[in-house]
Amino acid sequence: MIEPALASRLQFALTTIVHIIFPVMSMGLAPFLIYFTWKDIRTGKPVYEQLRRFWTKIFAVSFVVGTVTGIVLEFEFGTNFAAFSTAAGELFGGPLAVEGMMAFMLEATFLGVFVFGRERVSDALYMVSAVAVGLGTWLSAVWILIANSWMQTPRGYELVVEDGQTLISLVDPIAAYANPRFPWMFVHMQNAAVLSVALFMAGVAAYHLFRHYHWEYPVEHPEFWETTLKIAVVVLLLTAPFQVVHGDAYARHVAETQPQKFAAMEAVWETDSYVPEYIFAVPTDLDDLLNPRAKEIFGLGVPGGASWLVSGGDPTAEITGLNEFDTQPPPVAIVFWSFRIMVALGFWFVLLAFWAGYRWWRGQLLEDDLLHKSLMASSLLGILAVEVGWIVTEVGRQPWVIQGVMKTRDGVSPGLTGFEATLTLVGFGVVYLGLLSLYTYVVARIVRAGPPAVDESTADSAPNGASQQPSTPSGGNDD
Amino acid sequence: MIDGASVGADAAIAVVAAVAAIDPTLVLQAGWLSDGPLFGLPLTELWYALLFFILGTFLFLDGFDFGVGVLFATRSTASDREQLLASIGPFWDGNEVWLVVFGGALFAAFPEVYATLFSRHYLLMFAILGALIARGLAPEMYEQRHDDAWQRWWGRAFVVGSVTAPLFLGVFAANWLLGATALVSIPSVVVGLALVALSTTGGAAFLGLKTRGRVQRETTVYGPRALLAYLALVVLAVGFLLATRPALRSDLLSPAVLGLLGASVALGGAYVAAMRRESYVGALAATAGLTYGLVALIATVLYPVIDPVTGLTVADAIVSTIPLNLMSIGAALLLPLVFTYFVVLYSAFWGPVEEGDGYAGE
Ligand code: HDD
Ligand code: HEM
Ligand code: HEM
Repeated sequence: MIEPALASRLQFALTTIVHIIFPVMSMGLAPFLIYFTWKDIRTGKPVYEQLRRFWTKIFAVSFVVGTVTGIVLEFEFGTNFAAFSTAAGELFGGPLAVEGMMAFMLEATFLGVFVFGRERVSDALYMVSAVAVGLGTWLSAVWILIANSWMQTPRGYELVVEDGQTLISLVDPIAAYANPRFPWMFVHMQNAAVLSVALFMAGVAAYHLFRHYHWEYPVEHPEFWETTLKIAVVVLLLTAPFQVVHGDAYARHVAETQPQKFAAMEAVWETDSYVPEYIFAVPTDLDDLLNPRAKEIFGLGVPGGASWLVSGGDPTAEITGLNEFDTQPPPVAIVFWSFRIMVALGFWFVLLAFWAGYRWWRGQLLEDDLLHKSLMASSLLGILAVEVGWIVTEVGRQPWVIQGVMKTRDGVSPGLTGFEATLTLVGFGVVYLGLLSLYTYVVARIVRAGPPAVDESTADSAPNGASQQPSTPSGGNDD
Repeated sequence: MIDGASVGADAAIAVVAAVAAIDPTLVLQAGWLSDGPLFGLPLTELWYALLFFILGTFLFLDGFDFGVGVLFATRSTASDREQLLASIGPFWDGNEVWLVVFGGALFAAFPEVYATLFSRHYLLMFAILGALIARGLAPEMYEQRHDDAWQRWWGRAFVVGSVTAPLFLGVFAANWLLGATALVSIPSVVVGLALVALSTTGGAAFLGLKTRGRVQRETTVYGPRALLAYLALVVLAVGFLLATRPALRSDLLSPAVLGLLGASVALGGAYVAAMRRESYVGALAATAGLTYGLVALIATVLYPVIDPVTGLTVADAIVSTIPLNLMSIGAALLLPLVFTYFVVLYSAFWGPVEEGDGYAGE
């Protein structure tokens, strides 16, 4: 039997790591769907109807799986972290309740109209439903990230002792909910979601185009995929560089507010100045290879890089080492490597965006096989970057569940037995593996089937009947 | 929705969506929030009532989805099954969010109850979640492929999820009410079965509205039978408790509880009469009454205690003044909006499913 605290943490890690995939898909798709719906209604061009219908299918599946995995999380605070929920409920329960009433309700009801109602409602109401669904997904991020960012940079509370229990009492709601971490987290997360979906779109489009032009396997509607690719490249060019620039500033904010986490991200044990930014590192002692708390590392680094990062340009700046803190450090290797993977992926996405942009500019977007292979290989890497980013955030915060206020091990449900916790952990392991396989299978089927055929003669109920679908591969995105 | 009427509705929705984006905490100053309950209202009691109202709304709305899932077991042809899935397609997700809101409201208003109740019934909570996962995934998956084996398995998952979800929820509600710490007991299983029956009652009325012809005839007949089973199970549960729990006797024989039981029987009569007249809206309304009645019964027996195991009362468990006031403002602003969303949704899909309305809406 696994000890209840560890089993609960593993279970929470597993269930959130699976859940976040689906919100990333739906939050990232939301702006695209609003755009496609708008263009479909305004221009009546079949390609926009196809885009809307094709990506709505993927949205709908993601939403359903997001719902069933999200409800699990909402209950898990009570089942597994009862002490945390009792102590912090005043601050933490509110955002979750408001999220339900403000965001999920909006999203779930209008999704019914959006997915099932094209033929039943007016264009205007249909457009409203697209916006409401998209707004709902983004509002749910607002509230859940308010809850999470408060755990990273808690403010606006007071500790009170009631019947021997320490409770965290809300005294200043504005300070608590508009805490310093929130804007950083929200911007980084939402941009990451759009970026991840743009990568996914580009990968899917590249797959069909590659099959069509390279393998000469006749794909229906190559022009649909070309439009998709171009839209994705535009969005990549906007979001990928932004994510890196924003992440750089974000790291500085983390260093200021959670120095212990930052030290773990850089694996700095002794306080030092002129700290290198390791690009690659290994423990000097082979026994430490599998030990996440390995202390001695040997690495290749940019001299002064980490100091430069923390101070915004001074390679000699001092970084407080992990040994300086009274609390046990988080599992350093996990945080260190996850951070490295995220940053490397961030630079890779920028490269990919410029590469594709350059080819497009030269009119060779469909001719570079290596580009298409790279896009295919990168289609899921945005989601990977999101996962490791969250691992940096959450594992880096350990041993605190609320930074500086409450330790994770004090937050676990007191009555929970190792048997119960292990049983559900194993259950989730099995069920979520099935869920992920099923989701992958279904999305892959939708992708392979391609866009739905639309009836071009009825599709142009639009103003002045403009709707000729270009049949040459170069004319997809003509506005 | 017809075009003329929808223009006004569209404008209203746009306003509603804009208002929903305003963050209420930004408009507030903490000072007057901490002075005491807003306007001197009995907020503790109001939240207790609101909580059970949300629970009742969930059990009623998602209840008829569960009921459609139960009745799905009686359909054998592909087109019948398709119609049943299409009937709940646009609705079930919105209905289920009431459970999320229930969890959130319990957490926000009575955090200690949320924490102790959910952790005490640890395995039961995950059983409920498992049932909801099966029930939620099944219709979406069912439509993804059109071969027999695939649809047979997802059809089964749909039925099993739809039966076990209300069953486990009923067990949970009874455990809560009785302060039971064991996973299951006789009365809690009886209440669970009663909830399955009540869901089927609602499901039959809903299918009366959403289907026509043979499917309608063949599914609505189950309504009155399920109703009878429900009433019998409630009587059984109450009788069992009177016999075995002398401590509960005075609570159970109080005028409020007897009144609620009487009202249930009367609503049952109204349901049967409405089904006879093919007034399915009336039958659904009667089901709503029955569901709120059941929830009110639980709330009345519990009050003023909110967790019998720890003896925690409503007044002990309520959050402190500032979050309570904030939550009250939030709920007062948001719940009316939520009701408008439901009005838009249900009026857009009013009337029976049309020929060719698949689950995927394509
Ligand atoms: C497409 C995804 C993606 C990409 C390319 C990046 N990030 Fe990121 N990052 C995330 C997606 C993400 C995330 C998953 O969305 C996180 C988790 C929590 C959050 O706010 O965003 C995150 C967290 C996160 C944190 C931790 C914040 C905390 O502890 O609260 C830092 C310091 C950075 N990022 C910095 C960067 C830098 C310097 C990047 C590139 C050079 C970068 N990120 C690229
Ligand atoms: C969806 C993206 C998220 C991911 C991938 C994620 C990941 C994780 C991981 C890996 C852990 C385990 C850390 C450890 O114990 O070493 C964890 C713990 C936890 N997270 Fe998150 N998290 C996410 C979002 C959130 C949000 C939005 C909240 C709060 C609203 C939250 C609250 C918690 C809590 C309470 C714990 C348990 C206590 C702890 O271990 O610190 N997480 N999460
Ligand atoms: C760990 C804490 C989290 C909890 C307790 C949680 C809770 C939930 C719940 C209950 C649902 C289902 C709502 C429904 O019935 O429609 C849901 C879905 C959703 N969640 Fe989470 N969530 C968490 C993390 C996150 C994070 C970090 C994000 C993004 C920033 C997010 C964004 C969403 C979105 C957009 C949905 C809608 C469904 C979908 O599009 O997939 N959630 N979540």
